[in-house]
Amino acid sequence: MHSKALEVTVGLFMLAGFASLIVLALNVSGLTFSESKNSYTIYASFENIGGLTARSKVTVAGVAVGRVVDITLDKDEFSGIVEMAIESEYDQFTTDTTAAILTAGLLGEKYIGLISGADDEFLEEGDLILDTQSALVLEELIGQFLFNTVNQ
Amino acid sequence: MITWLRILGKTGLQWLSVNGRSGVFIASVLCGVPNVRKGLPLLMKQLYAVGVLSLPIVVVSGLFIGMVMSLQGYSILVDYGSEQAVGQMVSLSLVRELGPVVTALLFAGRAGSSLTAEIGLMKATEQITSLEMLGVDPLRYVMAPRLLAGFIALPLLTLIFNVVGIWGGSLVAVDWLGVYEGSFWANMQAATDFKIDVLNGVIKSITFAFVVTWIAVFQGHDLTPTAEGIGRATTKTVVYSSLAVLGLDFILTAVMFGDF
Repeated sequence: MHSKALEVTVGLFMLAGFASLIVLALNVSGLTFSESKNSYTIYASFENIGGLTARSKVTVAGVAVGRVVDITLDKDEFSGIVEMAIESEYDQFTTDTTAAILTAGLLGEKYIGLISGADDEFLEEGDLILDTQSALVLEELIGQFLFNTVNQ
Repeated sequence: MITWLRILGKTGLQWLSVNGRSGVFIASVLCGVPNVRKGLPLLMKQLYAVGVLSLPIVVVSGLFIGMVMSLQGYSILVDYGSEQAVGQMVSLSLVRELGPVVTALLFAGRAGSSLTAEIGLMKATEQITSLEMLGVDPLRYVMAPRLLAGFIALPLLTLIFNVVGIWGGSLVAVDWLGVYEGSFWANMQAATDFKIDVLNGVIKSITFAFVVTWIAVFQGHDLTPTAEGIGRATTKTVVYSSLAVLGLDFILTAVMFGDF
């Protein structure tokens, strides 16, 4: 009798432990199991990617439509190639879509904002966006500002 | 001069022999063939003593540590207008560092010391010798269930600590200080990676579990069976395992998160 109660409490304890792992996985780290299932890949070439990292958001009008998967350097052009996984239901980006690296708040995370154009054709798996706007680098901005002030 | 040399030599030899004995001890405990039918009830009993009875202290300290971190983080971050980042701060510091380390320290104080004292008293009252006389292997009957229970219980306690701490953090930040709930959780999920942060934290706590229970059970096994000896061994358990946890934590952090 007593041993049964003991075993039940130990069982509950272990259950609580495993439940905590699941909570950490799903709620805290935002792990999803169907991430790569329904998405297609497009690329964008940036002059300067600033502080963009893998797993950053890709948004259209502020709505998240995908994630940054990988960032590599194009060795010929010395530009940053950003690989993005876009959810398949958002497949109507025209070929003249532009991409910009934006910042959430003053010190917040970097993310990519896409703005659709007016072309008739749509971006497909593996396409590259060339019309991009680089990340704002604060030092460059201050440098330009100082340069302008001196010139005046 | 010669006396000093002698003392140095004696200390060195003692140190070596203790290390050797603890190595032989852990090897012979772990290599003993387990008897599932007889061992399981013993393991259950130890899991209850070591795991379930440590839950209150772990849950309460987790809650308060999460709440304090949230409060402190908020008061700094609000100056920069980025108080949404409090979620990622609480979750990263709990999952990576505070969870495994603080739980291991609490565990050493709560469960480790009681393991040492219990085994020490068994030895002082010659229960261990009696077991041997009866033909029962004390390593398998007394030591192995306690070691295994420690290995299993501490990682689970750490996970519970993390969850309770993050919940406490959200309680303070979202419900009390009014951080927007959506950005609190979204920032946390964007910053916390399951493999890099959560699983590495679990690996840390498994290592700590191994070290802390090893030290506790070995100190109980190896003490001088007197009242004074038990007291000294209990102190040693807490001091050694706390130092080992903190030292190992630095090494593990350097290996896991150090490659910038």
